[in-house]
Amino acid sequence: MNALNTFLFVAFPYVAVIVFVVGVIYRYRQKGFTVSSLSSQFLEGRQLFWGTVPFHIGLLVVFCGHFIAFVLPQANLTWNTIPIRLLILEVTALVFGLTVLVGLVSLMYRRLTNARIRAVTTKMDIAVELLLLAQVVLGCWIALGFRWGASWFPASLSPYLWSLVKLTPETGAVFALPWVIKLHIVGAFSIVFMVPFTRLVHFVVAPLNYLVRPYQQVMWNWDRTAIRDPSAPWSKARPKNN
Amino acid sequence: MDVRSQISMVFHLDKCIGCHTCSIACKNIWTDRKGAEYMWWNNVETKPGTGYPGKWEDQRIYKGGWEKKGDGIDLKGAGKPQSLTNIFHNPHMPVIDDYYEPFTYKYLDLIESPAGDDQPTARPISMITGEPMDIKMGPNWDDDLSGTPDYARKDPNLEKLSPAEQEAMFQMERMAFFYLPRICNHCLNPACVASCPSGAIYKRGEDGVVLINQSVCRAWRMCVTACPYKKSYYNWNTGKSEKCILCYPRIEAGHAPACMHSCVGRIRYLGVLLYDADRIEDVASADEAEVVSRQMDMILDPFDPPVIEAAKQNGIADSTIDAAQYSPTYKFVKRWNLALPLHPEFRTLPMLFYVPPLLPVMASVTKADNTAQSAGMNPIAKHWPDSWLYDTSTAALFGTIDEARFPLQYMANLFSAGDTAKVGDRLKKLMAVRLHRRRVTVGDVAEDTVSEALATTGLTPQTADDIYYLTSLAQFDDRFVIPAAHREQALEMMEFAGDVKGNTGFGFKNATAERGS
Repeated sequence: MNALNTFLFVAFPYVAVIVFVVGVIYRYRQKGFTVSSLSSQFLEGRQLFWGTVPFHIGLLVVFCGHFIAFVLPQANLTWNTIPIRLLILEVTALVFGLTVLVGLVSLMYRRLTNARIRAVTTKMDIAVELLLLAQVVLGCWIALGFRWGASWFPASLSPYLWSLVKLTPETGAVFALPWVIKLHIVGAFSIVFMVPFTRLVHFVVAPLNYLVRPYQQVMWNWDRTAIRDPSAPWSKARPKNN
Repeated sequence: MDVRSQISMVFHLDKCIGCHTCSIACKNIWTDRKGAEYMWWNNVETKPGTGYPGKWEDQRIYKGGWEKKGDGIDLKGAGKPQSLTNIFHNPHMPVIDDYYEPFTYKYLDLIESPAGDDQPTARPISMITGEPMDIKMGPNWDDDLSGTPDYARKDPNLEKLSPAEQEAMFQMERMAFFYLPRICNHCLNPACVASCPSGAIYKRGEDGVVLINQSVCRAWRMCVTACPYKKSYYNWNTGKSEKCILCYPRIEAGHAPACMHSCVGRIRYLGVLLYDADRIEDVASADEAEVVSRQMDMILDPFDPPVIEAAKQNGIADSTIDAAQYSPTYKFVKRWNLALPLHPEFRTLPMLFYVPPLLPVMASVTKADNTAQSAGMNPIAKHWPDSWLYDTSTAALFGTIDEARFPLQYMANLFSAGDTAKVGDRLKKLMAVRLHRRRVTVGDVAEDTVSEALATTGLTPQTADDIYYLTSLAQFDDRFVIPAAHREQALEMMEFAGDVKGNTGFGFKNATAERGS
């Protein structure tokens, strides 16, 4: 049992993160063409709206909640000292968790019932959806049955995650957790592990650069001022062979 | 003055016979692939009609192009705030049913069906799902169906016409239509480039071809919304957007694009236009009535010494300047003022120009006495005892273009943001050239009529002959003046060519030398 725990909560997280980093870089550089999520809005647009929007928005909020609790555990705990604030956090987390669940179920239903969407569905798509579904169901279960996550996450899980970051794993608190929460943690690292192999990779290339670039883009094959300048050397590239 | 060179196109609509050879040439080379079956980078529409995808010109539906916001302009349906807030679901994106669901037939059933009482049939099957389907729409479904309630009367360009004008268009004896071939306009202010969240779309500096980098495209699909001409297509199989590439591999090798090379009616012209890139933003945000004329002003005279000087400083090759001077598009667009861009009110500054069609405007059905002609016919000859004449004579109609068979306003809605004067000017010029040539070749038009027609349109007999030559007699090299691409110079700027001297082709000299040693 201890060996299994050590594997799941020490070895596996490191493997998942390493696979994620190496895999994403490799895929981006070697198979840049595949770094996106195959949009099916073109084949079916209306049903998609009721799935993809709640799914993504819920996911963003829930992810940010986990991330903040991980990065700023102390601030999180201080915030929770007034019960109403804790309640707000918990309710928000549950509401957006359920939003993800509703969106995901709607997306899966669409994928399985629409013939056009089935035509562009891969086995990996189904695998990802099942993995996410399990993760979201577990998350909602934890929110309802293991109160108050907004407090025990920063108190016991943040130190564990930070210990992983610092390469000095402290696993006592994790080993003692109920199996539902353990599964949720393993599920999270499984998702991280799966990113380079699935459509999940699209979040890595979220187009934030669009906000700062100018609207129009012109690309030149050559430096147009240098190419006509008689004083410029005919080749700017330095010879490599002598 | 930032002089740049643009490969531009002119389509002469009077010459288009609607044969779709261009579409097929393009389809065979570029879009005969899974996910691209429904795409027609080049398509030919019947006008009046709804086009492809249906009602693409109606931007209240598709939200394409630019619109004026305050002093400047911004994208209508895509753009920075909308693209990111709508990134999970694009509310203005057309779906495949707006084009058509691609299909094929189970031809093998014709051969392999067991013997029976009925003839075997080849059932249509969807090329997406592979399931049998009922075909509701196909490529050029509305071909030649002008006048029908489903297509012609739903043409978005009819809106600004009075009910009386609309009725006149659809009277049986007056009905007319023409063909509108469309490819990517390779705009100066492309909305697709501006809308791409990943920055995958760009305009090539050297020749202005607009391209999508397939390895950078991340399937956000905003270009499909943003292009008001709906010439950026989403490949549902690869998850990448694709569009007309103006056959750049052919152009770089000195060949005409496939659609142009194959054009049966020889309606297509391709050549260089020099333009002032500093003025793009200014022109694109001009008042709607001025956009066309200011776009024309932006195109520079390739014979003007300061322009040549500035072009050279900007790295434009002598061969390109030379091509600009011989450019057929420069003649049609700027020197003769005969061509207009399609829907300039979308503010993308398209670089594909159309010579508006004269025939549907001009020809009419008039009362005529055919008894003498009928009497002279052999009794077994097939003839109709009617008294109508399909009249294409030009003399009577010159000067009355405004009351012509086809409402001028319709043409103006297509080509000049509703300004009938601009379309009228061009049609009158075409008419004057016809009168002039009629006098030269047949001689039944009075000299006064011709000289008056030429004078009012500002043409000389010499210019009229030049227009006639380029319209009717032009050879391949007159219609396509393609500048050298100078990729060899581009290469030299990136690597020292001496490094690869003696290599076997693409730089694997060492591997070759090592093999077998």
